[in-house]
Amino acid sequence: METKAISVEQLNFAYAGGEDTPTVQVFENLDFSVEEGSFVAVLGRNGCGKSTLAKHFNAILLPSGGKVSVFSMDTSDEDALLDIRKCVGMVFQNPDNQIISNVVEEDVAFAPENLGIPRDEIRRRVDEALEIVGMTKYKNHAPHLLSGGQKQRIAIAGVIAMRPKCIVLDEPTAMLDPRGRREVMETIRRLNEESKITVVLITHHMAEAALADRVVVMEHGNILADGTPKEVFSQVQRLKDARLTVPETTQLLYELNQNGYDFSLDSLSVEECAQAIYKTFA
Amino acid sequence: MTPILQVVDLCHTYGEGTPFCHDALQNISFSIEEGEFVGIIGHTGSGKSTLIQHLNCLAKPSSGQILFRGEDVWKDKAFTRDVRFRVGLVFQYPEYQLFEETVYDDIAFGPKNMGLSKEEIDRRVRRAAGFVGIPEENLQKSPFDLSGGQKRRAAIAGVIAMEPQVLILDEPTAGLDPAGGEKILQNIRAYQKALNATVIMVSHSMEEVAACADRLIVLNEGAVAMMGTPHEVFSHAQELEKIGLDVPQVTRVFLRLRQLGMDVDPAVYNIKDAVSALMKYRGVNADA
Repeated sequence: METKAISVEQLNFAYAGGEDTPTVQVFENLDFSVEEGSFVAVLGRNGCGKSTLAKHFNAILLPSGGKVSVFSMDTSDEDALLDIRKCVGMVFQNPDNQIISNVVEEDVAFAPENLGIPRDEIRRRVDEALEIVGMTKYKNHAPHLLSGGQKQRIAIAGVIAMRPKCIVLDEPTAMLDPRGRREVMETIRRLNEESKITVVLITHHMAEAALADRVVVMEHGNILADGTPKEVFSQVQRLKDARLTVPETTQLLYELNQNGYDFSLDSLSVEECAQAIYKTFA
Repeated sequence: MTPILQVVDLCHTYGEGTPFCHDALQNISFSIEEGEFVGIIGHTGSGKSTLIQHLNCLAKPSSGQILFRGEDVWKDKAFTRDVRFRVGLVFQYPEYQLFEETVYDDIAFGPKNMGLSKEEIDRRVRRAAGFVGIPEENLQKSPFDLSGGQKRRAAIAGVIAMEPQVLILDEPTAGLDPAGGEKILQNIRAYQKALNATVIMVSHSMEEVAACADRLIVLNEGAVAMMGTPHEVFSHAQELEKIGLDVPQVTRVFLRLRQLGMDVDPAVYNIKDAVSALMKYRGVNADA
């Protein structure tokens, strides 16, 4: 039987209000789960609850009702907190907020050091993590002198060095240039395919989401669409109504259909899209 | 007519005389006409931020010149100060720079520093808020109670309120959802149109600059690698990829169609042109 990496049952959560601010109910009886070993992309507008949900995955936030379990551990079980955080690593948007040391390899070693791992093992893990993200040659550099993409890969290495079973990335490429985005996406895909790490990727880039096995679209704390990238992105009108976009490939075929053609909207990659157009037009 | 901004043989070296000495900009020259919308693209570390800091006198050239309406921006102290108001710079993630108690006061900070009258400040704050779509009732709120997209717009309003003739923005849509990003781009275009302002936008999204800019400047390793209309620049897909950039996804589809033997323009860079190119192709071939 496939195990669930993350399982969310009937989740309720609200940000408590203050004197002038109202309470904001984010989730009401939300059900959601992530299979172990899968690569799930989560899409949705700012404020739809994506990041709030992600913070439930390693007990940064706790449910006010319902239950969140990761690898069968209840996140509200305080005794399991350390194990939960070891299992599920988080990477955030801004690499500058996640880097703490003056030397790259020390930064990557930070988490395993805190876990009390023996010295030799730390050495091995740091080298391996830097290798995986392709940053070995920068191990003695100062992180603040690196590019955004490089810094983000260091942040990812720092998480990998903990050997988590699952990595949750909250818009990890938002601040990066095209090459940095490619590097980070390539790293994420490899982590999933080769190291079999479960990946949850929150993103606004439709082309990135198209690389996942599964795409989940959220709106107002609910799940609006859930399926393979092809299934989800072919619902162009529905996504547009939720004020989201689709990859340009799908958009192009959709627009051609508005002009009287009858393309199937599941040609996501550039190659598939070009082939579909070629067959009809040439 | 004199261009509003001219960059003449600009070089900038960081940490001169130290072991970290690094040539961030090398012999950069270009000019920008009044009312233009220019996109600057380039990989991280290519010199984009250093370049835009020169355009409003936050960085001083190691050699070369920046001319504002034909005059050296560093010619004297008063002129430098004046240029800083005329060339408004919106940094990356400008919402981190919000600090006042109310949105109103935050937007008013720039105009206050310009020494304007109270009435003029009020007019400018309300006008700037209008450009970026901040409703009247939000002006007395704390900026920290706004949503991410609203905070970003409030921060941009703070620069717009100085009514700069040149508005420079460093990745204004980073981290926003597609709808939020599109809204900010509309705000910027509205400002540009109303004041015939010049806009210079740094972006990592090829789709975004393709949709907005009249002209693109491509930086690589601190030098200008390419310059031209989006159509001209995006017809160099391979060179762009080599320097860590990209072309819009739809351009890649057209490149592939061309490889497959269809006689279509390989530098189509937006959906609208793509659809009409294909319809035209169909028409021509139907006639044949």
